Amino acid sequence: MKLKSNVAISDSGFVFDANTGESYSLNPIGIEILNELKQSKITEDLFAYLNNKYEVAEFTLEQNLMDFLSQLKQYGIIDE
Amino acid sequence: MKTKITIAITGLNNTDNPGPGVPVIRGIRESEAFDARIIGLAYENLEPGIYIPGIIDKTYQIPYPSAGSDELMQRIFQIHELEHIDVLIPNFDAELFTFIIGKERLAEKGIRTFLPTLQQFEEREKTNLPEYGEKYKIKVPNSKAITSYHDINNLRQEFDYPLLVKGKFYDAYLAYNPEQVINHFNKISAKWGLPVIIQEFVKGTEVNVIALGDGNGNTIGAVPMRKQYITDKGKAWGGITVSDQKMLDITTKLISETKWRGGMELEMIKTSQGDYYLIEINPRIPAWVYLAIGAGQNMPEALVQMALGKEVKPFTKYDIGKMFIRYSWDMIGDISQFEQLSINGELEL
Amino acid sequence: MSKLAYERPIINKINAGVPDKYGMQTQVGSIPYIDEIPVEKLLSEYGSPLYAVSEKIIRRKYREAHKAFSSRYPKVQFAWSYKTNYLDAICKVYHSEGSWAEVVSGFEYDKAILNGVEGHHIIFNGPDKSEEDLKKAVENKSLIHIDHFDELYMLLAIADSSKERPKVAIRINMDTGIHPQWDRFGFNYENGEAWNALNRILVSKKLDLVGLHTHIGTYIMSGAPYAVATSKLIDLALRVDEKFNHKIKYLDLGGGFASANTLKGAYLSGKDTCPSYADYADAITNTILNSELDPNNLPTLILETGRALVDEAGYILGTVLANKRLADGRRSMIIDIGINMLFTSFWYDHDMVPAKPKSQFTEDTSIYGPLCMNIDVIRSAIRFPSLEKGENVVIPRIGAYNMTQWLQFITYRPNIVLIDQEGKTHVIRKKETMDTFKAQEISPKYLG
Repeated sequence: MKLKSNVAISDSGFVFDANTGESYSLNPIGIEILNELKQSKITEDLFAYLNNKYEVAEFTLEQNLMDFLSQLKQYGIIDE
Repeated sequence: MKTKITIAITGLNNTDNPGPGVPVIRGIRESEAFDARIIGLAYENLEPGIYIPGIIDKTYQIPYPSAGSDELMQRIFQIHELEHIDVLIPNFDAELFTFIIGKERLAEKGIRTFLPTLQQFEEREKTNLPEYGEKYKIKVPNSKAITSYHDINNLRQEFDYPLLVKGKFYDAYLAYNPEQVINHFNKISAKWGLPVIIQEFVKGTEVNVIALGDGNGNTIGAVPMRKQYITDKGKAWGGITVSDQKMLDITTKLISETKWRGGMELEMIKTSQGDYYLIEINPRIPAWVYLAIGAGQNMPEALVQMALGKEVKPFTKYDIGKMFIRYSWDMIGDISQFEQLSINGELEL
Repeated sequence: MSKLAYERPIINKINAGVPDKYGMQTQVGSIPYIDEIPVEKLLSEYGSPLYAVSEKIIRRKYREAHKAFSSRYPKVQFAWSYKTNYLDAICKVYHSEGSWAEVVSGFEYDKAILNGVEGHHIIFNGPDKSEEDLKKAVENKSLIHIDHFDELYMLLAIADSSKERPKVAIRINMDTGIHPQWDRFGFNYENGEAWNALNRILVSKKLDLVGLHTHIGTYIMSGAPYAVATSKLIDLALRVDEKFNHKIKYLDLGGGFASANTLKGAYLSGKDTCPSYADYADAITNTILNSELDPNNLPTLILETGRALVDEAGYILGTVLANKRLADGRRSMIIDIGINMLFTSFWYDHDMVPAKPKSQFTEDTSIYGPLCMNIDVIRSAIRFPSLEKGENVVIPRIGAYNMTQWLQFITYRPNIVLIDQEGKTHVIRKKETMDTFKAQEISPKYLG
C-alpha cells in the first residue's frame, strides 16, 4: 500500500492529486498517515506505528484506520 | 491627502451572474478621498474577485449566513482583530438580513455599515409589493399570492392573460392560460414553496435605476439605465445611461418617503403609454454600479463617506449615453493560492 | 514515554467554488452540562437516551413572555397548552407561575383537573368534545371554545337540562395574510359564519358568551398577522356590543409563536429569524389599545403559547451506537435517539452537538436513529466532529411536542427527568418496562 506518485501533501494538510485535479484536506493524524504512506507499507505496520504513538484503544484504532484507508482507496490516492 | 481606511467587502463572485463586490471595490480604488486597504470576505473558494490582481489586498473566508449570525459575527470579529475594519459593505441579498440585525454588534466593535433598517428591508419584499405600492402611491402590477389550484380558477376575475407566475424568492414564468399556470405553479411551489405569486404582465421596456439614500430622505445619487442586452440568466451584459426625468422623480420621491438608507436598485417597466410600474426593489448596490461610477457618480465612495458619518453632497448630474459592456476574462491562478484559501481560510495574492 | 492524545484520521474532499449543503467548516460547539449537571452523569444514572427538562429555563421563559405582555397591557392571562407537553410535573410548574390550562380533549381536561386547576381556569378547545366532556365542563364552569355548529347545538341542548349557564367563546378562523390559512378550525370570519354563530348564541340566551378565540397557525415568523387577527376579533366584539349590548370579557389570541429552531428548507437560522416575545406583544397589545374598545372596560388578553415557552427548556441526550461509511463515501453516525422520540425532526433541522468539546476537524455526516426504518433520519447532512461509539450527544430545544407526540416503537420510551431550580434531578416519567405493555395487552385464551 503506497501513496500514488502524483499526490502532493503539504504541511498544512492540503492534498493535491495531480492525476485527477481533486484536492483534499487532512487533520494532523491524517497528514501523518499519508506521509508514512510515501513509503510502501502494510496495514499491520501502520497500525503498530500509530498504536505505539497514540493513546487509543486497539479496536478503535483498527476501525478508524480501516475506514480511513478505505476512503483513501475510494478517492484513488493510494495504490494497493 | 487621501484618508487611509480599511474596508471589508463581500460579493466577489464575478461570474455570469455577478455580485457587486468587484465594481464596488473599483469605485473605492478610483476614489480621490481614500487610500483603502480592501479586505475581501468570501463564502466560496473560487469567487473570481479573490484572484483578480489589484482588487483585493487580502481575502478571508467566512461562514454562510445560514450557519447563524453568531458564527458569522465571530469570524468577522476575528478578522477585525487582525485588520481593524473601518467599514463593511455586504453585497449579497441572502446575507443582508443577517448584517442588518447584526449592525449594532458590528458598530460596538467599531465596524461601520450603511444599511437599510429592518423595516425598510422587509416592507419591500416581493410578497409585499401590492401593499408597498399602495403605501407609497407607486404603480405596481396587480399581484396576488395563491396557495392552491382552487385559486387558479378564479384568476380570470382579476387578471388578463398572459400573466406572470413567480416564486417567493426567484423564478418567473409567463403563462397564457390556466393550464400553463397550473404547470408553473407545480414547478415553482416544489422549488420555492408556497405561496406562488401571480402578477399582472406589464408590457413595456425595463428600466433600472441605481440610487443611494442618506437615511434622512435625501437622494445622494441616482442613475437610470436601460439594459441593452440580456444573458440567458436575465442579467444585463450591456447597458446605457439614459435621461429619464420621470424615473428620477419616482426614485427621489420614494427615497424621500421611505427615508431609504444605503444603496438600492429599482426595477421598473415603462409602458408605451409612458406609465411606470415598479417590479422590484433590490436593497443593495447592484452589480452594474460601475456604470454609475463611469457616468460620474461614485456611489461606493459616497456610501463609505456616509458610513463614516461624513456629510455627503448629493450628485447633481451624470453623463448620458455612457455604456457598460461586460466581458469574461480568463486569469491564471495556482493550486497554492487555492490551498491557502481552503486550508487557512485566507489568501494574500 | 507517554503516548500522544488521539483523534481519528479525517480526509475531506474540497469542493471548488460550488456552495454545498454542508456549508463552510465552522467549529461545532458542545453542551457538557444541563443546568450544571454533567451530561455523562445524567446518562449513567438514568440511562440513554434521556429527556431532561430544566425548571429554571421554564420559569425564566415564562416570566419573560408574561412580562413582555403585562408590561404593555393591564390584563394578561396565560393558559398552558397541554398538548405541547402534558407531563404533570411540567404543567404544575406552569400552573405555579399562574398559568391556566388550555386543553383539547377529555383526557387533557381530566389531567388539568387532577393537576388541581380550578374548573373556571380551564379553556376547552378543539373539534373533539363528547357530550360527556361538555357536561363535565359546563358543571365545572370551564370556558368552552366552540369549534363548529354541531358542538354549538349540542351545547344548547345541554344548557336546557343543566343548572349552569355554559360559559362559551367561539373559535374564529380568518385571513391574516399568512399561508397556509388555517380554515378547518372554528368559524370563518370573512364569510360571515362567525357572525352567524355569535348571533345564534346571543339570540338563544342559553349560553353566556364570554370570549372570542382565534389561533391563526403555527410557527408564525412575525407579529403582523397577530395584529390583523386582533383587529378582526375586536371588530366582532364591537359588533356584538352594538347589536346586543353585550361585553366580551376576553380575547384569546391562541398560540403559534415560533421558537429558535430552524425549519427544514429555511435559509436563515431560526436563532436569527425567530421574533421576540416583545415583537408579538407589540403587535397584539397596540392593536387593542388603539382600537375603539372602551379603555375603562378592556377585555382580558389570553395567550395559549406552548412551543415558544417550553421548547428551549427540553433536551434529549443520547449515545453514539456506531459509525459507518455509506456507499458514496459519506460518514454516517447511528445514535440511540430515533425519530419516534424526536417527532419534531420531521420539520426541524435540529441543532445537535457532542457532549464533550471536540477539535475543529469535522466531516460531512448523516445522522440516523436506531430504528430499523429508512425514514429514521435525525439530520441528513451536518458538519459533525468524529465521535466514537459510546460518546454522548445532546439535542437542545426539544421541549415542545416531543414528549406528547412520541411513538412507542420496538423498544421502551425512556426516562424523563426534571432538573429543579436547586439543580436536583427528579424522574417525572419512568422508563417503560415489559410490565407497561403486559398491563395493556390481552391474548385470547385459546392462543395459550
